[in-house]
Parts: sequence; C-alpha cells; structure tokens
Amino acid sequence: MNRMLIALPLAALLVACNSNAGKQGSAGQSAQVTGAGSTFVYPVLSAWAADYQKQGGALINYQSIGSGGGISQVKAGTVDFGATDQPLASDDLAKSNLAQFPVVIGGIVAVVNVPGLEAGKLKLTGPLLADIYAGKVKSWNDPVIAKLNPGVTLPGANVAVVHRSDGSGTTFNFTHYLAQVSPTWKSGPGEGKTVNWPTGVGGKGNEGVAAYVKQLPNALGYVEYAYVIQNKMTYAQLQNSAGTFVSPSADSFSAAAESADWKNAKDFNLVMTNAPGQNAYPITATTFILMPKQPKDKAKSDAAIAFFKNALEKGQDQAKKLDYVPLPAALVQQIESYISTNVK
Amino acid sequence: MNASLADTADLVPPMRKSGVGADRAFQWITAGAAWLVLLLLGGVAVAMAWGGRLAFQTFGWGFVTGKDWDVVAGKFGAFVPIYGTLVTSAIALIIAVPVSIGIALFLTDIAPRWSRGPIAIAIELLAAIPSIIYGMWGLFIFAPFMAAHVEPWLGNHLGNKMLIGPLFSGPPIGIGMLTAGIVLGIMVIPFIASVAREVFSAVPAPLKESAVALGSTRWEILSRVTLPYTRSAVIGAVFLGLGRALGETMAVTFVLGNAHDLSASLLMPSNSIAAAIANEFTEADTDLYRSSLIALGFLLFVVTFIVLTIAKLLLLRLNRQFGRTN
Repeated sequence: MNRMLIALPLAALLVACNSNAGKQGSAGQSAQVTGAGSTFVYPVLSAWAADYQKQGGALINYQSIGSGGGISQVKAGTVDFGATDQPLASDDLAKSNLAQFPVVIGGIVAVVNVPGLEAGKLKLTGPLLADIYAGKVKSWNDPVIAKLNPGVTLPGANVAVVHRSDGSGTTFNFTHYLAQVSPTWKSGPGEGKTVNWPTGVGGKGNEGVAAYVKQLPNALGYVEYAYVIQNKMTYAQLQNSAGTFVSPSADSFSAAAESADWKNAKDFNLVMTNAPGQNAYPITATTFILMPKQPKDKAKSDAAIAFFKNALEKGQDQAKKLDYVPLPAALVQQIESYISTNVK
Repeated sequence: MNASLADTADLVPPMRKSGVGADRAFQWITAGAAWLVLLLLGGVAVAMAWGGRLAFQTFGWGFVTGKDWDVVAGKFGAFVPIYGTLVTSAIALIIAVPVSIGIALFLTDIAPRWSRGPIAIAIELLAAIPSIIYGMWGLFIFAPFMAAHVEPWLGNHLGNKMLIGPLFSGPPIGIGMLTAGIVLGIMVIPFIASVAREVFSAVPAPLKESAVALGSTRWEILSRVTLPYTRSAVIGAVFLGLGRALGETMAVTFVLGNAHDLSASLLMPSNSIAAAIANEFTEADTDLYRSSLIALGFLLFVVTFIVLTIAKLLLLRLNRQFGRTN
C-alpha cells in the first residue's frame, strides 16, 4: 500500500514531464504553424488546414480559444497568428507591430420561434430590432411590427428575447449593427463582445441561443448563418441601409462584402455591418487574421502566409460548404499585396 | 473500518530498527499530504485575491454590493451572481434534504431487504452522471416541462398571494432560478442520501429496538432516535451537498438564463458566480474585466467559507444544546 501511494504520484509526474517534453519537441519543428483565437472561424480554418496538409503543406495547429485570447497570444508572441472577429485599430496594430487582414465572412441572422410563422415571412428593421432588444417593443402584436408585416398574423404574446451569455464576436457584430442604426442603443447598451443587456435570457454559444429559441415559444434570437441552415430555423428578413428587405443567404452576404469600402480601410479595419449595397445583408461578421510584421521565426511566418494564400485562392468551395462566404476576388488581391508589403 | 484497523495491528511485527524509520517516514508522508491540502487552499485563495486586486482596488466594496455588470462601460458589480448562487443553492437544499433523508430512512428501515442494494446503487450512479448531462437534460426536457406545466400553475395559484407572490410572478419561460435550483437539488441528492444511509445504518439496533418496545412510531424513531444520534454526520452530508451546489457550473449555465438582472421572482433568469466565469472568461479582453472575473472566483471562495463556518457554528450550538458531542 505504501509503495503504491508513492508510486502513483511519481508515475503521474513522469507522464506529465514526458508530455511537456513532447509538446516542446514538436513545437520546435519549423513546419508546424500555431494559431489561436476566434471560435467563429474554427470550422472553416480546420477544414482548410486539413486540405492544405493533404496537399503536402505545413501542419496548421489552430486553437479556438476566443478572439480575446487570440489577440493576447499573438501580441505575446506565443502563436504564429491570431484570429479575431473584431478588427484592431491601426494604432493598436502599430503599437504591437502586427499586420491584419480578413479571411472569411459569415452572416448573423435574426431567428424567431412564433407558432405558425414560416421562414423569411417576418420583416424587421434595424431600429425595431434595437427596440426589441432594449425591451421597448415588448409584444409581437406591437403596431410597429404589424405595420411592417401586413397579412402576417402575430400573437399578442411577449417577445422572449434571447442573447449570448458568453463574450463573442457574433455579439460584437450584432451590437455594432444595432448601435449604427439606433442612436438610443448606441448611447445605452453600446457595442461589444458582451454588453449589459436590458432584457432577455442568455444562451451559451450559438448552439445555446439556437436551443433557447427553439425551446421558448415567441422567442427572438440571433445566431450565425450556419446554425440557421443546419437547424432549419425560422429566420426574419432585415431591411438594409438601401431600404430593401433581404433574406440571409450567401448571395446577400457576398453583396455586402462587395459593397463595403475595403479600399479605404487602413489595415482592413472595417466592420462590414450595415453595408450600402442594394442587396447587401445588413449584419455580417468578418474574421481577421493577426500576424507579427517582423516575425521571430521567419520560416513559420512564411508557412502561415502560404497557407492563407492557398485558403483565400482555393478554399472558396470548402468555405461555401460550411456556410461561410468567401471573400470577393478584388479583396483577395488587395490582401495579398498588403501581406507582401507589410509582413517581412 | 474497525476490522481493518485491528487487522493491521495484528500484522505489525515487533519493532525493528528499520521499522522505526519506515514508520516515521510514513508519518511524515501522511502529514505532508494533509498539510499540502492546506497549502494549496491558501495558495489558491491568495492567487485569486491577487488576480482580482485590480477589481477590488477599482470598485472597493462596490464590487460586492454593485448590481451593474456592464462590460462596455467597464463597471462591474458582483451582487447579482452572488444572489443567484445563494438562491439556487438554497432551493436545491430545500428540495434535496427532505428527499435524501427520506431515501436514506427508507433504505435502512423500511424497504424490503432485497431491494436495498439495487436502489442504493442507483442513487450512487446518479452522482456519477456528468454535470453537463444534467444541464442538457434540464434545458431540453425539464425546462419545457416547467414552462408548460409547473410555472403557469405557480403563477396562477401563488403569484397573487401576499408575501410570496413576487417570488412566483413573471412570464413562464422555464429558464430561471427555480429550474436551476431544482436541477441542482437532483444533483446533490445522491451525495446527501448516500452519506445519510451510511450513518443511519450505523445507529445501534438496541436503541431503535428500545424505542419500538416503548411503542414509538416510525416517525418518532426517526425524529427522536436516528436523527439526534446521527445529527453531526447528516449536517456534514448536507454541507457537502451545499458545497457542490454553490460551485456547480455547467448544469446551472444551461438552465439559469445567464442574465445579470436582479429580480425577486424565482421564475426569472439570473446568473451565478461559477456560470458567469465559465461564460465570460474566454473573451474577457480588458485587464479590469479579467480581474473582475477572478475576483468573482475569490468571492465564491469567501461565500463558501462563510457558509461552511456558519454550518460548523450551528453544529456546535446544537451539540451544546443537547449536551453531547460526536
């Protein structure tokens, strides 16, 4: 018994040492690129990484620890690239000597659970969405909603508002949009990865919000486009800044990406919500990659750049399959010239 | 336990020189193990207080009493999560304690002998279910049931009563403090029930037999013999369960609603300390935000410590009142 008591912790220690040594050893190989950050981009990034490795490219090891973690790790130099859903401002980038560029676009969709209501039949405007999330418009048969939706029967029940409980880029883009279209939202809860929600319940992750919306009758929530497709949820049309009501779809997200003013955005510091195009969907989310301008390990940095070039040029199909929207060709060109001038 | 001690006593050979050394080494090892726990506990407390110092410096006592949790404005107050943690744990205990004692009593005194083993094992298996499973069950099955059947009834029958009315008013959405408390209650039942069963079966048979001989009913045996005899162990079990309820994270996150709103109604969503940390840590990207979350962890530590201290004091008082210690 005595011997066992001593032997067990010793064995555990040995195992721990070994695994540490293993990690250090493999990180030392120049072919492996490590990245960390946004959970939003994880599915497509890991699919790209698998494809890239099959083609004989470097091994990409991406940890989806959240945008905040990705930013701090790339600033600390512990990873070769970071990924964030909220772009950094140019002065912040300059201070940490980082380069920034977008890789993929997705949409954020208002989803509802009103008995008898079909997908795409409900029309909402940005200011109305802000008022519902602020708790000012409480009931589904509110005159403002009724005026937008003639011929749609809506219950007299209260809107069960659902938002994210965890900090997330999805929330950042959603609240950024609300703040743009509603002055009271801007001065009230404001924009951020977590805000002080005036009302509603919080679900953890997109899957949590999707589950709450499906569970609660008369619920309204916001989730990423992929969840709408995969769970066959009832989505609402949104009015864009050109006045058109648009359904969320790959086409309307692309329209937003094309109409956004990327040319004049220094370091691609642009949040694409409320894009001006005629058919542009108003709430889109973009994931940005952060890389050091003067990397410590040139070989790894080059491997990462080669990977992202490959993904931007050849990864469109994979992205579409996973319900993301690839970047427009003009933007990809702009990114490639940005990388070649900025990352040494 | 007693038997195994006696066995080892028989096995110990007459003292040899090397035996003395080994014995002393063993003593050191066990002492080290015990002190290590204290050291770790102290270390964790200090580390969390240090990590949360920015929040405590910035807000002072306002961090404990503040009701705002506004990340955008950088204002953090822990009152809502503390309140949510205490209320859900209290609901859990109100449900779990009577049920657990009932289970334990049934298994030791009332159940047919053949059924005791299977039921006891089933209860202990409940403790082995991972908390995330309770959370998913709570969200997908229990919350809709509460929303459709229990909460409308509560709202209609109790929502308009004096005093307790505000506790049961509000829309029946199925997600909130009451649902979280009930799920927590189910989660802590096995902890309390299995300890209570152990100690109930350790009550000497002659004591109970004498009570029966005096014409006691089953209730009288429980309240006058079994519970007083096992009081400290049962209270210990209750606080083991309470400790688990206070710190439970995943299951609560799923069904509590995670909203930093203060509401008297048990049907409304709230937040708990552990759930807030689990939800928000990944994207806490300012120093103050991160520090506030670590400070929340420290407060959970403090809350648990205070609750356990009160329990110990209560036990001491009870023992003095009844003039015995065990």
